[in-house]
Amino acid sequence: MELPQTRDILEKLAKDIRADLTGDTILVGIHTGGAWLAEELHRMLGLSTPLGMLDISFYRDDFERIGLHPEVKPSDISFDVDGADILLVDDVLFTGRTVRAAVNEIFDYGRPARIRLAVLVDRGGRELPIEARFTGIKLDLGEHRMIDLLRNDTGELELRLRPGN
Amino acid sequence: MQRQLNKNGELQHLLTIEGLSAAMLHHILDTAESFVGVTEREVKKVPLLRGKAIFNLFFEPSTRTRTTFEIAAKRLSADVINLNISASSQSKGETLLDTVNNLSAMHADMFIVRHAQSGAAHLIANHVAPEIHVINAGDGRHAHPTQALLDMYTIRHFKRDFHELKVAIIGDIMHSRVARSQIHALTTLGVPEVRVIAPRTLLPKGVEHLGVHPYHDMSKGLKDVDVLLMLRLQNERMQGALLPSAQEYFKYYGLTPEKLALAKPDAIVMHPGPMNRGIEIDSAVADGPQSVILPQVTFGIAVRMAVMSILAGS
Repeated sequence: MELPQTRDILEKLAKDIRADLTGDTILVGIHTGGAWLAEELHRMLGLSTPLGMLDISFYRDDFERIGLHPEVKPSDISFDVDGADILLVDDVLFTGRTVRAAVNEIFDYGRPARIRLAVLVDRGGRELPIEARFTGIKLDLGEHRMIDLLRNDTGELELRLRPGN
Repeated sequence: MQRQLNKNGELQHLLTIEGLSAAMLHHILDTAESFVGVTEREVKKVPLLRGKAIFNLFFEPSTRTRTTFEIAAKRLSADVINLNISASSQSKGETLLDTVNNLSAMHADMFIVRHAQSGAAHLIANHVAPEIHVINAGDGRHAHPTQALLDMYTIRHFKRDFHELKVAIIGDIMHSRVARSQIHALTTLGVPEVRVIAPRTLLPKGVEHLGVHPYHDMSKGLKDVDVLLMLRLQNERMQGALLPSAQEYFKYYGLTPEKLALAKPDAIVMHPGPMNRGIEIDSAVADGPQSVILPQVTFGIAVRMAVMSILAGS
């Protein structure tokens, strides 16, 4: 399977978001790929609003099965969440469980006016009633094929399919 | 005896610092760093341990340590049950393991144990079912690992790197489980120079085999030190033959601004609490600009949250 250029997917996503942006939309990225993507979109859109980061390790629903993520990072929400217009950003939307956890975590900081979701890749396979408002690309990868967002030394983002069967 | 780690090398119980790797200690401190942010939010709680039952088993009174464990557990959404056992079943003759069996039958998920006998938490850890976790909250003269971890967190927060520090532990080294755990943590994390400063009667023989340098004189021991770890002087030491009087102790070993001036100008002063003002520490130091005693308390909650969630997830 041949992936389109990541840069093209990013441009398309940024264009869609720009058309529907308010002056006080705040981007919040989910660690780690979503945080990179939020940084990149923040730059591409020329935003001056703060940028938030979430690590959802303390809100995961699989803690019972797999325990604490070995590399938990601090969340960074340094703006007032009450009444905020939040655009949640993640690299890949799959089951929807990560987004569920992120929404729960945001509500422990306050009561936002609105949360929308932007993702670079929607690969289907949802297990929860969650959809993205903005999507870079939809891909049908089946159940087992994995896709990752990587960031190289120069800060460039690249989607890559994991070699699989 | 040492069975803190499960077969995957994960932390199953926290009984002592001894034997834990530097990587494991940093993993706990890194996790705690993420919890510090949680405790500063509007909702100071995460749902990680929702539905878990955590029992505070305090066979020896300690309001402060029990409270910090209780707050930490509640901020992880666990249910906390406090038992001050000195006052109940032990006076009725129930054995330690009978007490533990009874609480296990009530589906406990974690025991936090404080006991005057060294090895009590080990005994319980060896006895409970594999899905139950045990944290040693202080056993006799042996260990107090979460105190040492919160001290390491505080040092890392203010000094960043352990590898260039001179650290002095000052006070009753002989009877202190805190000092033992601190020594193991500091040497494991690569602190090149750990000093212990105490009168001869309060310094155990052979302490240098733990990799520390003993001093009896504050003026020598405090020279160029980056971190001062004060210990609490127990009142009962004064009643025995180990020390002449509180005044005498304060004169030679009490931390005054004059003695603190011998350390580096940016040295930090720590104390596990509760403090005996005017015995081991002067109020001018305890409340002074180099004191980080209150940040220690705040970090202590995050460190205990980290330990509980790492254990519960193993």
